Amino acid sequence: MSRLQVVSGKGGTGKTTVAAALALALATEGKRTLLVEVEGRQGIAQLFETEALPYEERKIAVAPGGGEVYALAIDPELALLDYLQMFYKLGGAGRALKKLGAIDFATTIAPGLRDVLLTGKACEAVRRKDRSGRFAYDYVVMDAPPTGRITRFLNVNDEVAGLAKIGPIHNQAQAVMRVLKSPETAVHLVTLLEEMPVQETADGIAELRAARLPVGRVIVNMVRPEVLDAADLELVRTVERSSVAQALSAAGLGGARRGGNAEKLVDPLLEQAAEYAERYALEQEQRAVLGELGLPLHELPLLAEGMDLAGLYELATELRKQGLS
Amino acid sequence: MSADPAEAQDAAPHQDAARSRLSARVLDVDPLLDDPRTRIVVCCGAGGVGKTTTAAALGLRAAERGRKVVVLTIDPAKRLAQSMGIDSLDNVPRRVKGTEGDGELHAMMLDMKRTFDEVVEAHADRERAAAILANPFYQSLSAGFAGTQEYMAMEKLGQLRAKEEWDLIVVDTPPSRSALDFLDAPKRLGSFLDGRLIRLLTAPAKLGGRAGMAFLNVGMSMMTGTLGKLLGGQLLKDVQTFVAAMDTTFGGFRTRADATYKLLQAPGTAFLVVAAPERDALREAAYFVQRLAAEDMPLMGLVLNRVHGSGAGGLSAERALAAAENLEDARIVDQGDGKAGLRNSPDTYGSSRTPAAAASEEGSPADTERSVDRLTAGLLRLHADRMQLLSREQRTRDRFTARHPEVAVAEVPALPGDVHDLAGLRDIGDRLAAGRPEDT
Repeated sequence: MSRLQVVSGKGGTGKTTVAAALALALATEGKRTLLVEVEGRQGIAQLFETEALPYEERKIAVAPGGGEVYALAIDPELALLDYLQMFYKLGGAGRALKKLGAIDFATTIAPGLRDVLLTGKACEAVRRKDRSGRFAYDYVVMDAPPTGRITRFLNVNDEVAGLAKIGPIHNQAQAVMRVLKSPETAVHLVTLLEEMPVQETADGIAELRAARLPVGRVIVNMVRPEVLDAADLELVRTVERSSVAQALSAAGLGGARRGGNAEKLVDPLLEQAAEYAERYALEQEQRAVLGELGLPLHELPLLAEGMDLAGLYELATELRKQGLS
Repeated sequence: MSADPAEAQDAAPHQDAARSRLSARVLDVDPLLDDPRTRIVVCCGAGGVGKTTTAAALGLRAAERGRKVVVLTIDPAKRLAQSMGIDSLDNVPRRVKGTEGDGELHAMMLDMKRTFDEVVEAHADRERAAAILANPFYQSLSAGFAGTQEYMAMEKLGQLRAKEEWDLIVVDTPPSRSALDFLDAPKRLGSFLDGRLIRLLTAPAKLGGRAGMAFLNVGMSMMTGTLGKLLGGQLLKDVQTFVAAMDTTFGGFRTRADATYKLLQAPGTAFLVVAAPERDALREAAYFVQRLAAEDMPLMGLVLNRVHGSGAGGLSAERALAAAENLEDARIVDQGDGKAGLRNSPDTYGSSRTPAAAASEEGSPADTERSVDRLTAGLLRLHADRMQLLSREQRTRDRFTARHPEVAVAEVPALPGDVHDLAGLRDIGDRLAAGRPEDT
């Protein structure tokens, strides 16, 4: 199992949720994981219903069986000051740089630098060992930028090598790439059973593969439960309205006679079934497309009551059951 | 949701009972689209809520109501782009074929790099433009800076508006990580490229010569030294030449950013916030509403996409589930036989059902009856899911309305599939204009 698990996905597919659930699942039974956020959205804090995360690793959840999940929101500016401190012992000069807007400038505009700092920090956590020589974290899970930007984000080497040809940033980029392109890393893509996210997933995988970045699994999120199966849907097309009316009436929903309460329910219920059938067919189509990607495919259920902390544990259990941890 | 069966059974006009609680004003899009003073409509909102589709549907509707419209989309779904004929990336508006009426619909997909290149080419002489375009720093900035897409969308909007070729411009905003990015990006990029640091980088000698600026010069040399070490000297030199070239040709990014900003505040610009009735999307929408007010930008209303309805709104989730269980229990306990008494009660069609169903099916009448019961139980469960979804959506909407009662809302019912063609867009436009889902 790769120790750096990167989770990406099209916006709106729930990649932060999946990353958090994965961190929980990997922590189960005494392991320690670090969940890393790189886009400054504080999505992890929202999910775990805690206050905004500082730039500091802090424990945010306990996993079943005694494991621990730590979280870190990486702030590129502070990460840069960290590095400057490490390499140049800047002290107060760092603050002066900040005042001038140099830090802002360097982390926001300097191409690739921001990404090197973000991935660099994550890779540092992957490699970090405690005094006894054990890894500080068993796993690091990164809530990464969306699919459209993921290859570029991870492929910092190309970005940076051409621009910063020497110096610590260059070396840093090289070290990061060694981790990212090794089996130590797996990049997972989260999608929905809808056309655009599936298309973007397929494109994203092609890009990752072209950049020789290790693609992990495809995780289909928010899968609706199957209420009617293929046989039911076949019957929906041929069934007599009157026999449905009678079944409804038998179930205690009023009269089946024309104009009776049960009879009046038939059309709207069948219409809802037709909508369901249309969506079902679309979803099957998208499943088939995903099936052709040649990657392990996992499905997570749509939580009826919306996403909350309990739901997160539910998804973590589901991921474990499916062998993701 | 009512637990009283009598009340539920009386809900004969199949209107969702919950909906009557919604007290928000209804957004009427047609007067907005028809008004010749409306020149720009900006669709904004979180990613994944159907912004692009809404923008395209509004554009089509305005065109078919007689206006000459251009729709600027950022990242349309492939098939939608193909259906509008804008899947090629040439960064100029194309006339969309197949519209009805006297108006015209043009559409384009934003190519941000190309737009940036055009800005450079328009403002620099050929030699200098070539130098900028070849600069690695420029290449990275134009393709990758987090705010470039937002900035270029606004830049393109400014260009389209300046041409005076269209009555109405409908613009879709980029799928930002935050819906606010497109408001902030121009300023952010502007202040970077026009800021103190850049001025220091480009003209250290001039600044250093001034009295009282000596300390800055010290800071400056230390800083360029540090940045140079950190990034490599070549990069810093690239940045300096890039900024110098930009600075002399552009007359300041901040000026352009300010102009874009003013355009958004000008009369004739209307903002529509697009959302879906989900917690995160509406939270983002509420945020946006506040932000637009703070920036003096005119919000016309909220387009709420993917609202679910039900033709059987009178049947509550609880009763539907109970009935489904009735059907499933009866099947197990009675083996299809004991129900006969019930089936033949005077209230039902009685025996007419079984032969009719049996005729069209294989197997015994009892088998058929069982499969119809099974299906009916499934239909009821499906309905229960729908009703639960409906009440969740209602709660989310109510929370938004409570916070922002002044915001007019147009609801667009959820469609089972994606929109791929003009007919689909026209349909969305009709539903948008209706303001709330039709009662079926």
